[in-house]
Amino acid sequence: MRKIYVNEDRCLGCHLCEYYCAFAHSGKKDMVKAFSSESKPQPRLTIEEGDSINFAVSCRHCETPLCVKACITGAMQIDEEGRVFVDESRCVGCYTCILVCPYGSVIPGKEKAIKKCDLCIESGKPACAENCPNLAIVYEER
Amino acid sequence: MKYVIIGNSAAAIGCVSGIRTIDKNSSITLISDEPHFTYSRPLISYWLKGKVADDKMYYRNSDFYDKNKCTTLLGKKVEKIDLAAKKVIIDDGSTVEYDKLLVATGSSPFVPPVEGLSNARSVFTFLNWDSAKAVKEAVEKDSRVVIMGAGLIGLKAAEGLHEICEDITIVDLADRILPSILDKQGADFVQKHIGKEGIKFVLSDAASSVKGNTISLKSGQKLTYDVLLVAVGVRPNVGLIKDAGGNVNRGIVTDNKQATTLDGVYAAGDCTESFDICTGQNKILALLPNAYMQGEIAGINMAGGDKTFDTAMPMNAIGFFGLHMITAGAMEGECVDLADESNYKKMFFADGLFKGYILIGEISRAGIYTSLIREKTPMDEIDINLLKVSPQLLVFDKKARNQKLAGGK
Repeated sequence: MRKIYVNEDRCLGCHLCEYYCAFAHSGKKDMVKAFSSESKPQPRLTIEEGDSINFAVSCRHCETPLCVKACITGAMQIDEEGRVFVDESRCVGCYTCILVCPYGSVIPGKEKAIKKCDLCIESGKPACAENCPNLAIVYEER
Repeated sequence: MKYVIIGNSAAAIGCVSGIRTIDKNSSITLISDEPHFTYSRPLISYWLKGKVADDKMYYRNSDFYDKNKCTTLLGKKVEKIDLAAKKVIIDDGSTVEYDKLLVATGSSPFVPPVEGLSNARSVFTFLNWDSAKAVKEAVEKDSRVVIMGAGLIGLKAAEGLHEICEDITIVDLADRILPSILDKQGADFVQKHIGKEGIKFVLSDAASSVKGNTISLKSGQKLTYDVLLVAVGVRPNVGLIKDAGGNVNRGIVTDNKQATTLDGVYAAGDCTESFDICTGQNKILALLPNAYMQGEIAGINMAGGDKTFDTAMPMNAIGFFGLHMITAGAMEGECVDLADESNYKKMFFADGLFKGYILIGEISRAGIYTSLIREKTPMDEIDINLLKVSPQLLVFDKKARNQKLAGGK
């Protein structure tokens, strides 16, 4: 299965992935409008910034995902391709997935449901990798 | 091969999934005394609150039994395990044969021996959907509600009830709320938040008798109630295993493959004891993730696989009135207090290991902390100062970090 991989040696810390991720999930067609709307769109990745090192962390789509096993409602699921996804209509925001994810990849939502990387399933082209200017984020099979 | 599972909640569903990773076709029979399709127990307080509708209560998609080729016997109670004949005997007199059996019978509310309580009126428990339905039926806007027990169940019930009625008083013998997951200071922090909603607390006190609709407390104080909810704790349902001669302490004793001491019989979930890797003690860890993972391991081993469950520990994620908290591990050893005005944070270290934590308010990425405890990562291998700032992958050295970012097991 193709996944998102990051190379910290190439990451410039520009945060473009964060913005493009948020935009891709905003439901808006125009980036300016998306970010000037009242409910600012939320990214599904986290950028870690050290003294000289930066990288983006998003869901690893684990083979045996702890978040899916631990989910108290059954909202967190794994599809036939092996992608881990959340059925937001069934998530009550208890944050048990945040308690167990070893990568810190599940993000509290502004509303009830948690947010996580869905590999931009609708377009099939993850926006973080598509828009990374320095190939620090790639979407590939390994 | 014939599999039989007694239970229909997290451990039972985990077991079905575990079996089906290995054995795709043999028959699985699920037997439960509850009549419902598998649903999520922890959602009953959300349901009471009206935040989760009936159709969102279910723990798995509606095709789960079909997809996994499960036969269900719902609303049926197993009375006995006949070890010699390898069958279970159901209360309607019928029997079901098994080759491998899982006991995932959960727990029952404990009703303390308080004078007059057992025949008092309007007394409820709060553990399954039907009990929540009974509570909803009984409560009106002007009801005076008393909840015995300021633990996870009592407080979640209070949150759910708060949507319906205003007068809620919680009584607990302990000097603080949530004694199973929080220290005194953390409990005070959360109590202050819940108190703002108008919920009243009577701590370090307990009921001595109930008469009419009045509860007399040991301190002499009297509380009048319309609805009394008993949520002081639960007791594992161990009867089937005990009667069949299996080893039982407080909960059913299993090995790390979830096998009981009875041939062909496994157990998982709230009815069992777990080995807590943080303290090295066997204890009841009545937690949904634990139940699911135990059930899954049981299923794998029942189907001829070979897998052990060695990562049990106390851990909780819960919220009340918008305030979230995540805790894990043991609150023992050197305590590092990192609280500020709006967030509460404590970390515990011992023997060069990260042992436990309490996060209230800011809970982002807590799982990185949990994994360091679970994996017993030596603290001299990571940047402990960064770790104290926040959970982050930068605490690891480059090699470990790159492995994590490349991986995803």
